[in-house]
Amino acid sequence: MSATTRSDAAWRGFTGTRWRDHIDVADFVRHNHEPYDGDGAFLAGPTARTTRLWQQLTAMFAAERHRGVYDVDEVTPSTITSHAPGYIDREHELIVGLQTDAPLRRAIMPNGGLRMVEAGLSAYGYQLDPHVAKIWSTYRKSHNQGVFDAYPANVLAARRSHLITGLPDAYGRGRIIGDYRRVALYGVDRLVADRIERRRSLEDRRCTEDVIRDREELTEQIRALEELREMAGGYGFDIGGPARDAREAVQWLYFAYLAAAKEQNGAAMSLGRTATFLDAYLRRDLAEGRLAEREAQELIDDFVIKLRIIRFLRTPEYDQLFSGDPTWVTEALGGMGSDGRTLVSRTTFRYLQTLYNLGPAPEPNLTVLWSPALPEGFKRFCAQVSLDTSALQYENDDLIRPAYDDDTAIACCVSAMRVGKDMQFFGARANLAKALLYAINGGRDEISGDQVAPPSPTVGGDVLDYDEVMAAYDKTLDWLAETYVDALNVIHYMHDKYAYERLEMALHDYPVHRFLATGIAGLSVAADSLSAIRYGRVKVLRDEHGLAVDFAVEGDFPAFGNNDDRVDTIAVHLVESFMDKIRRRHAYRHAEPTLSVLTITSNVVYGKNTGNTPDGRRAGQPFAPGANPMNGRDRHGLVTAALSVAKLPYASARDGISLTETVTPDGLGHHRDERIANLVGVLDGYADAGGFHMNVNVLTRATLEDAMEHPDDYPQLTIRVSGYAVNFTKLTREQQEDVLSRTFHGAL
Amino acid sequence: MTATTRPVTGSVHSFDISIGVDGPGTRFVAFLAGCPLRCRYCHSPDTWFQRAGVPTTAAGLVVEIQRYQRFLQVAHGGVTISGGEPLQQARFTREVLQRCHDLRLHTALDTSGFLGVRADDELLAATDLVLLDVKSADPDTYRRVTRTGELAPTLEFAQRLDRMGKPMWIRFVLVPGLTDAPAHVDGLGRFCATLGSVERVEVLPFHRLGAHKYTALGLEFPLAHVEPPAAVLVDEVRERLRAYGLTVF
Repeated sequence: MSATTRSDAAWRGFTGTRWRDHIDVADFVRHNHEPYDGDGAFLAGPTARTTRLWQQLTAMFAAERHRGVYDVDEVTPSTITSHAPGYIDREHELIVGLQTDAPLRRAIMPNGGLRMVEAGLSAYGYQLDPHVAKIWSTYRKSHNQGVFDAYPANVLAARRSHLITGLPDAYGRGRIIGDYRRVALYGVDRLVADRIERRRSLEDRRCTEDVIRDREELTEQIRALEELREMAGGYGFDIGGPARDAREAVQWLYFAYLAAAKEQNGAAMSLGRTATFLDAYLRRDLAEGRLAEREAQELIDDFVIKLRIIRFLRTPEYDQLFSGDPTWVTEALGGMGSDGRTLVSRTTFRYLQTLYNLGPAPEPNLTVLWSPALPEGFKRFCAQVSLDTSALQYENDDLIRPAYDDDTAIACCVSAMRVGKDMQFFGARANLAKALLYAINGGRDEISGDQVAPPSPTVGGDVLDYDEVMAAYDKTLDWLAETYVDALNVIHYMHDKYAYERLEMALHDYPVHRFLATGIAGLSVAADSLSAIRYGRVKVLRDEHGLAVDFAVEGDFPAFGNNDDRVDTIAVHLVESFMDKIRRRHAYRHAEPTLSVLTITSNVVYGKNTGNTPDGRRAGQPFAPGANPMNGRDRHGLVTAALSVAKLPYASARDGISLTETVTPDGLGHHRDERIANLVGVLDGYADAGGFHMNVNVLTRATLEDAMEHPDDYPQLTIRVSGYAVNFTKLTREQQEDVLSRTFHGAL
Repeated sequence: MTATTRPVTGSVHSFDISIGVDGPGTRFVAFLAGCPLRCRYCHSPDTWFQRAGVPTTAAGLVVEIQRYQRFLQVAHGGVTISGGEPLQQARFTREVLQRCHDLRLHTALDTSGFLGVRADDELLAATDLVLLDVKSADPDTYRRVTRTGELAPTLEFAQRLDRMGKPMWIRFVLVPGLTDAPAHVDGLGRFCATLGSVERVEVLPFHRLGAHKYTALGLEFPLAHVEPPAAVLVDEVRERLRAYGLTVF
């Protein structure tokens, strides 16, 4: 059968033309999408097969929870084709494919860094295979080694003192979303042909460094696509052509994602925006009588089971930062189309339904792109799912769509990117609260006393003067921005060189648009500290070396989180001015700089490594997560806190602004229907006010306390932390306590 | 409103933005300071005394409310004047309600009704919903609960609201051993059933979350040792009230 005939058969009944001649999935979705504005009444429960399969895994999860990992293949470095096909239960799986030859068996990926692999193995009682060790220490260099060969001293000092933490310099950077849908819509042959064409287009260009690198990368991408074809072949599928029905579409798409996860242990391995794309296939099969609703749901359930068992080998230090074994298989759901029609489909509902059919879970990281214009039935269903599972996060579609387009997905927690068009260089975050202490201390670290930033005059006097502190802070932040971007440029140069995401990049347009994604932690601590200095009296207590080690705060001062412009404007100023400083630096590969206000769970570690601050926070005490107000300082309820956060300008924080809220069921109303309606109202109000992101937990403190004492009774208790969800029982004790110490907005 | 009078000032304890518990939707709840009752189960004894509040002009409070106006409207909520007892400062309450009404915000008045006579028709005209706290339908129990109050004014106020067709949500705090006598619950159900404008009855389980406030004020919390009602008792009471054809939550 010729390629054209094969496509014609696979694309039967689909409309639109542009997507046929160009690789353009968004155009396909636009033409073949049927908005759904009803409710969840049509949804089907799990089949017996689904339930049995899930139960088999559930039993394994218990062992995994106790041991930390279920199993590791410590011998075979993972590539797309490294492992023989693996199955959970071959006869009873609808969608197949595992990262290794057995479920929950983790792979090693030394390209990111050998030390990470070694530490990850030894933490769970495994030893690195000597052969692998020899290859990556004698013959092959890793990303991690490359980075440390080139780091300048300022970066090493900032890193050591925890001023900059969580940098992807020892592991895969992640936050790159391949457009996995392309494999289903076009098949591998067509994608390879496209890459060959792209490479040919460079023939007339002279061999400058940029052109050489692009040629090499395109060739690697072609190689990766061929490996993807081979991997699928091992499972008995020829994915050279387009998927012909829904089951193939899910399978092709999953194979593409799986190949990416076999090649990269990225910090976040997000999925993209797949539900409404798959809906076109499911709808066609339903119309052709090849599927009933029960079977359509079953396919999605089976797919989601696969996504729930994506695993990476990571170290306990990594887990301290990003706890709960997250993989950030983020799927962006819902949203509005640029043509004013909603992008909600029945399959959007089917994805949410998996939280009932399989029970709550943190992965995939289901992210609803919210707009007050979404159909009421969908809004209510989302709110209901939040009430029942606490597994959803919400991001403002009315901010994202104009800034990007209507085929935008979320990488990791809050990072928006046009699918297949944008990628980012992930850059973790800088500690703004600690930087403030550096400004006061003339560039010295408040804990070690080391001179980390360049020496500057210490801010003098017994009582801190706002203008003087701000002037010194501004200089410190200049230096921090410079140092931070230095670090990121080195990291991403080396990552491209030693751990390039061949397959993920093969599923992007050429040339791709790049972001350099910086981030900040401790925003509310810094803003409250400056507010205390400005509106209260902050006396400095110095040690014998003149180092400011503590502060005595007198008088009231407004705290971030109370919708009080006196302090909220300080927070806004910090975000805008730090972004401006980042923009002025040279970015590797001409990437467009962005900023996030997001900590994930690292707010605990940041706090641990930061001394007493002028807002009265004690040394070691956790920061608030993301852009949250400090615990207990927001005194007028969830909405007031949210309105403070909504003032942070998205234009200066295009990589996302994270807010995590926990409310008790009673704090949303007296009964279920009312709670659903009220949560919809809050989400509408927050989106309307320009808030970017909200994690919604509907929980009682008693539930969490009981889960800390009896973790085995709560294997699926899911809570939202900053930008992702975790199994509560997989958090460290410290992080569990941090969650418990947070404000629970309830009814009195 | 007359244009030349002095600004109306009230004593405001605090405000909160609450969701779904002080009327429909997300609401700006202003807690006024001062209450003539001393309910044994009160969870906000810090609002008993008018001097505990901050002198605030009606216009000033409404400026604060306006900062939430858009959110409240998008979220299908509104403004609730609560307390303390808002009718202890009826003039201030009226002024705030009227100004909110002019802004097209949904308004609710959260009151015990004990001072219902102080609510003039203008005040009620600016009120979309009354959250009427009926401590008990039994006069003796009412006195025992409130220590300083009488039942009759509340019943009269409810009947007046009914005659005006003013929507009401009746609120009833269920305290084991104090307000849970079946006969008294029946009395409440029978009374509410005579009022056509009662949209719902909310049974609020007693809780002790306000206990620390008593300690801070150096007061004794009379119900410190009373357990919150068991879920089964709450259900039973709700069922009992439903038997009178009421919508009960």
